[in-house]
Amino acid sequence: MRFKKFSHRTIEKNATLLLVLSLLVVTIGGIVEIAPLFYVQNTIEKVEGMRPYTPLELAGRNIYIREGCYSCHSQMIRPFRDEIERYGHYSLAAESMYDHPFQWGSKRTGPDLARVGGRYSDEWHVQHLKDPKSVVPESIMPGYAFLAERDLNTQRITPDLKALRVAGVPYTDEDIEKAEADLKAQADPDADAEDLQKRYPKAQVRDFDGNPQRLTEMDAVVAYLQMLGTLVDFSAYVQAQESERGAR
Amino acid sequence: MSAAITIPIYLLVALAAMVATAKSVEPGYATHGVIIMLSCFIAIGATIRSMKFKADGSLVRQPVPQDRYMDDVIRAGVIATVFWCIVGLAAGLYVALQMAFPALNLGEYTSFGRLRPVHTSAVIFAFCGNALIASSFYVVQRTCRARLAFGNLAWFVFWGYQLFIVLAASGYVLGITQSKEYAEPEWYADLLLTVVWVAYLAIYLGTLIRRSEPHIYVANWFYLSFIVTVAMLHVVNNLAIPAGWSGKSYSAFSGVQDALTQWWYGHNAVGFFLTVSFLGMAYYFVPKQAERPVYSYRLSIIHFWALIFMYIWAGPHHLHYTALPDWAQTLGMVFSIMLWVPSWGGMINMLMTLEGAWDKIRTDPIIRLMVLSLAFYGMATFEGPLMSIKTVNSLSHYTDWTVGHVHAGALGWNGMLIFAMVYFLVPRLWNRDRLYSIRMVNWHFWTATLGIVLYCASMWVAGIMQGLMWREYNPDGFLVYGFAEVIAAMGPFYLIRALGGLLYLSGGVIMVVNVWRTIRGDVRKEAPFAEMPAYDPARDVPLAPKATAVQHQPAE
Repeated sequence: MRFKKFSHRTIEKNATLLLVLSLLVVTIGGIVEIAPLFYVQNTIEKVEGMRPYTPLELAGRNIYIREGCYSCHSQMIRPFRDEIERYGHYSLAAESMYDHPFQWGSKRTGPDLARVGGRYSDEWHVQHLKDPKSVVPESIMPGYAFLAERDLNTQRITPDLKALRVAGVPYTDEDIEKAEADLKAQADPDADAEDLQKRYPKAQVRDFDGNPQRLTEMDAVVAYLQMLGTLVDFSAYVQAQESERGAR
Repeated sequence: MSAAITIPIYLLVALAAMVATAKSVEPGYATHGVIIMLSCFIAIGATIRSMKFKADGSLVRQPVPQDRYMDDVIRAGVIATVFWCIVGLAAGLYVALQMAFPALNLGEYTSFGRLRPVHTSAVIFAFCGNALIASSFYVVQRTCRARLAFGNLAWFVFWGYQLFIVLAASGYVLGITQSKEYAEPEWYADLLLTVVWVAYLAIYLGTLIRRSEPHIYVANWFYLSFIVTVAMLHVVNNLAIPAGWSGKSYSAFSGVQDALTQWWYGHNAVGFFLTVSFLGMAYYFVPKQAERPVYSYRLSIIHFWALIFMYIWAGPHHLHYTALPDWAQTLGMVFSIMLWVPSWGGMINMLMTLEGAWDKIRTDPIIRLMVLSLAFYGMATFEGPLMSIKTVNSLSHYTDWTVGHVHAGALGWNGMLIFAMVYFLVPRLWNRDRLYSIRMVNWHFWTATLGIVLYCASMWVAGIMQGLMWREYNPDGFLVYGFAEVIAAMGPFYLIRALGGLLYLSGGVIMVVNVWRTIRGDVRKEAPFAEMPAYDPARDVPLAPKATAVQHQPAE
């Protein structure tokens, strides 16, 4: 058999061919690397304790995104001794399964926040957000005092939950119907939150910003920070891993 | 397209923006609605003004002058490049100063978190993006010997792109962001960019197809690959579900899938927006300025295909030791290291092009800018593979080393090449004999170079120190430093970095003056930058032998 000798000239003389070939060449890498992530076990496994964000946590998360906190704070603990001692158990893929978009970050001008929940009191967070230097003198973080002055926008939360459901987060009809009420109830110490906590296990219900009269953006941000990394019970997880290793 | 189609489209978009403004629940999105509406009305006005009518009211069809290149839009692009250069660098200097003096966070709209994407987008998309659109339009016309295809569509690309930048930057300040780095604008701005980009691709491909030259010149391969790949990356990474009329959207992917999609995008934004495209720029302007042909045609073929194939795989190196599966991290690392070879292929091909013209490095500051740009390209594409090695990355990730690395690329490779391009184009586009001042180009070169040196050196030290301090244990097995102590240790380096930024910005200001005066038609009276001394017969004589030299001869 005789093949006509290939020449690069053919491509150089045909703009459309050049376009198609260069596009084909750049699609391969992405397909090979990204597509399997939607199927392989360790990226889609479920871990006990993970649940979608409550409306208040989600509102807080949206403020976290709005303010660009991810520019300086990561939410991804790597499996190194120093990171685990500093921040806690290394992060699992499942812990960000409901994160649209992810907040792993790329820079640690400030510390990692993946497990900041429960490490400090609400009062500390409020004080720190208002004036970071007052609690951490070395801090170079901007102050966010205006969060405490501004009422949380409650109109947006229902469309937010609906959009997330389209994206694959398992909010129920009831969750969506009660989104606005849930949003208010979680920051209200007098509200009956039993129903909320049944649908969102481990949801922390209290006034977060020290001002029970108002539902402010500060309430939402602190509620979000205080839940980060608290959903998965790692004492059980580590034990299970060790016994599995022992059984082998 | 005829006005009968475009005007109704603009009206429809304006109507949609009006409804969105009325239904918006947050002031930031309402502001964007108004901006979009106004832009549509301005576009309609401009369309109508550009039409000419006969006395009886019928439309005059204006013939396109096919014997002239379409350079108006390139002139506008060069001015936009210079303008956004100053905006991007000034924003960068401000956020750098905020890290040294946090009191400069003056409240909601000026906090670091909101201004940092203004800096990154202004530099990458506004400064580099405009330079790319303008230079690609210039190069494709000259190397194809054909006028741009589709008439005034090029103007739509130019103004549509500026609108995208305005929406992006104002959005960050108002708190509108998707939080995906270098893809922060919300879905409606992304949609606008998609339309603009498709038009850009159509013009580019259309011009290539109607070329008069038999071959497509190598610079165009790079530009074309850049345009089509950025389209793919942009569309996939920005897939999102809008939340009703609120203007906000949620990424279609979550967690680990979202992370890899983002860094597949993010790394190739660097790879194609800031590398492949700039190689296209280099492949035209370096041989032109040096007046030498490209060194190796074969090398350009090999490194082009190798580069675009391998770049795409390198994204996972941004996610080393995260929850991304190990195999993907390793694959990303291996390709990142291999990428070193085609990257240097491009650098070598360009540097070898200067063979026989190396003397110009003394006499031509534009060549000087180009050589430094290529040198930084070489350094950054060596440092990148180094940092993608997992062991190195465990130290460098999350630190300021990464910041130093990207600035070696952005300030060194991209910035210097754009400056060279601007200095090359301005006298030609405005039909001037030469630049206002060649000596000012040299001043620009040195302030910028010194700025980069301060910037990169301080960030190397800061980053490596940061990484080492975080992981330092004392003999008893306890961590030595609290996080706050590491922040305190960074202070001096953040200050040096800001100084480097200030120098680089001053270089930009020198360029503004030079470009401004050149466009005005001024020529600075100055001693020539480099000249052979005039022939002087009195000096053309042998020197008398020195008496002292004889005395020191060893005695026989």
